Amino acid sequence: MTNIAIEKSKVVRSGRRFMSGDIACAEGALAAGCLFFAGYPITPATEIAEHMARRLPEVEGVYIQMEDEIGSMAAVIGASYAGVKAMTATSGPGFSLMMENIGLAVMTETPCVVVNVMRGGPSTGQPTMPGQQDVMQARWGSHGDYEIIALAPSSVQEMFDLTIEAFNLAETYRVPVSVLADEIVGHMWERVNIPDIDSIKIVNRKKPTAPPSNNFAPFKPEKDLVPPMAIFGEGYRFHATGLTHDERGYPRTESAEAQTRLVRRLCDKIRKNRDRIIRVEKAMLEDAEVAVVAYGIAARAGLSAVRKARARGIKAGLLRLVTLWPFPDEQVALVARQVKAIVVPEMNCGQMLREVERAAKETPVIFLSKLGEEPHKPDEILDAIEGVQR
Amino acid sequence: MIEELGHPYEKFLRKDRIPHIWCEGCGNGIILNCFAMALDELNLDLNKVVVVSGIGCIGRVSGYTNTDSFHTTHGRPIAFATGVKLANPELKVVVISGDGDLFAIGGNHFIHAARRNLDIQVICANNFIYGMTGGQYGPTTPLESWTTTTPYGNIEQAFNLVHLAAACGSVYVARWTTLHTRWLTEAIKKALQKEGFSFIEVVSQCPEIFGRYNKMETPLKMMKWFKEASVVQHFSDPAKAEITPNRITVGEFVDIEKPSYGRLLREMTTRAAEKK
Repeated sequence: MTNIAIEKSKVVRSGRRFMSGDIACAEGALAAGCLFFAGYPITPATEIAEHMARRLPEVEGVYIQMEDEIGSMAAVIGASYAGVKAMTATSGPGFSLMMENIGLAVMTETPCVVVNVMRGGPSTGQPTMPGQQDVMQARWGSHGDYEIIALAPSSVQEMFDLTIEAFNLAETYRVPVSVLADEIVGHMWERVNIPDIDSIKIVNRKKPTAPPSNNFAPFKPEKDLVPPMAIFGEGYRFHATGLTHDERGYPRTESAEAQTRLVRRLCDKIRKNRDRIIRVEKAMLEDAEVAVVAYGIAARAGLSAVRKARARGIKAGLLRLVTLWPFPDEQVALVARQVKAIVVPEMNCGQMLREVERAAKETPVIFLSKLGEEPHKPDEILDAIEGVQR
Repeated sequence: MIEELGHPYEKFLRKDRIPHIWCEGCGNGIILNCFAMALDELNLDLNKVVVVSGIGCIGRVSGYTNTDSFHTTHGRPIAFATGVKLANPELKVVVISGDGDLFAIGGNHFIHAARRNLDIQVICANNFIYGMTGGQYGPTTPLESWTTTTPYGNIEQAFNLVHLAAACGSVYVARWTTLHTRWLTEAIKKALQKEGFSFIEVVSQCPEIFGRYNKMETPLKMMKWFKEASVVQHFSDPAKAEITPNRITVGEFVDIEKPSYGRLLREMTTRAAEKK
């Protein structure tokens, strides 16, 4: 990690390219300025590690294969505190092992990106098959109360774009951001348009403006509730801990006031900025009477189903959730007030379904569950749409 | 008057964090003092030193050192330090943690960081017990010792930490007790100047818990054990250096040179960056 300027073309390979989702994710990370990857091989995310192992040294970054996912997540936090944009990539079992340190990243407000290319669980499950079974784990997997950000790509292009977005959000809010992909999106090959490096929007963490002093408070938030981030080696000589702490970073293990103040702020910095964070994509919703609410690979079948329904004269539309966490409550509620019913296709036993039902209130929600190898077929979703109209 | 004079090593401490949380007679203060002495004598730039600790009594040490510091999750200081060191090789990254943190829950990270010959220094306060949680047996608790979870005596064999560290590839391995403050300080100085992974075990007294359960209920009684059992023997076979009631072999066990992970990483990166 030297200061030698790296040729831009080495960092971002602009142009139209054909690649897999996992490789697009790695390229997106590099475009975002990621210079550190710590991980452990796991299907179906291994290709991200392999590509980073090849590419990071070319741009003077560091790839390290740790002894497990627990260590990987710890190393990512360490690298981020040393001032470098850092990530890891894994799948369900590894994601489980990372959970405690994801909580540490939340508590110490560490910008970092965790990619989870979801496969079938529980446990070792079906390593080479797709799943969307870690949606709730991404939200609630670590202990304690917290808010977190998770994005769901549904194409190879989005593996590139949303990985950049994940880094930008992580740097903006000092929070770990998950990219919740699935095996199909990770392994699928598609065309990707990689823009010129200068046209890619990059966000870097706020740094303290005051020089080092004895009174430096590394966790004193600004108006957006996010503290500027000091990094190791710059003279601030600050302390960070997973214990409940005050604005100096010092442990406050017995104060209810300190616990309330810190935990509420960690939640509020996401909750109060939700309008800036949340992204959804709408298709044919203007006059829709039936809506499909979906994300990831299931949203692609959803879009196809909506088009087929329109061809048959049914007013159907798609609300695609790009941001899964924080959950787009208002966006779903708005659609729910307009339509007769919502169809939720998911590759699990009903996870995001619960959130959609909560936001939809009285509007009926039809759930289409898939487990195993095969994603939803457009016609299966179309059948559900037609069922609402009958 | 004492306040005016100040402590010779107070610039190494966050004064607003003192008094510390450790019990009277605990060995952790001695270890911290030796660490401060080593930093002082080497005249290291404190802005470039990062102290990383895990969970447990000695885990609180990172909150007291006047450097950049991080108090990680239980068992993970070495993995965290790995990220720090690789992201900014200019930093001197020191892990100070306990026997339970480094060798039970965090054992995997220790053996792999040593195997990689990562450029960090690991100082282990070995007090033979989980002190913070009230005295349960751990990976270094001697056979037949009494703890709250060995009410019939400990039936587990203890780790011989210097043997483990040597076998995993550490370039510098030493063991001292809190009685050997000068030796310990010199060892820390040496470790801080080594290229690669160095490990120092500090046999430390926990009179309040381990001592009370094992008929050494005062700091003096524990130190007396260290004094009577310690044998200074440099470069002896670490495999034969198990700690027993009658013998604590102390000294340097390993002091070798081999390319560190950081060096090999730099060389590899140069090759990769030059690639067309």
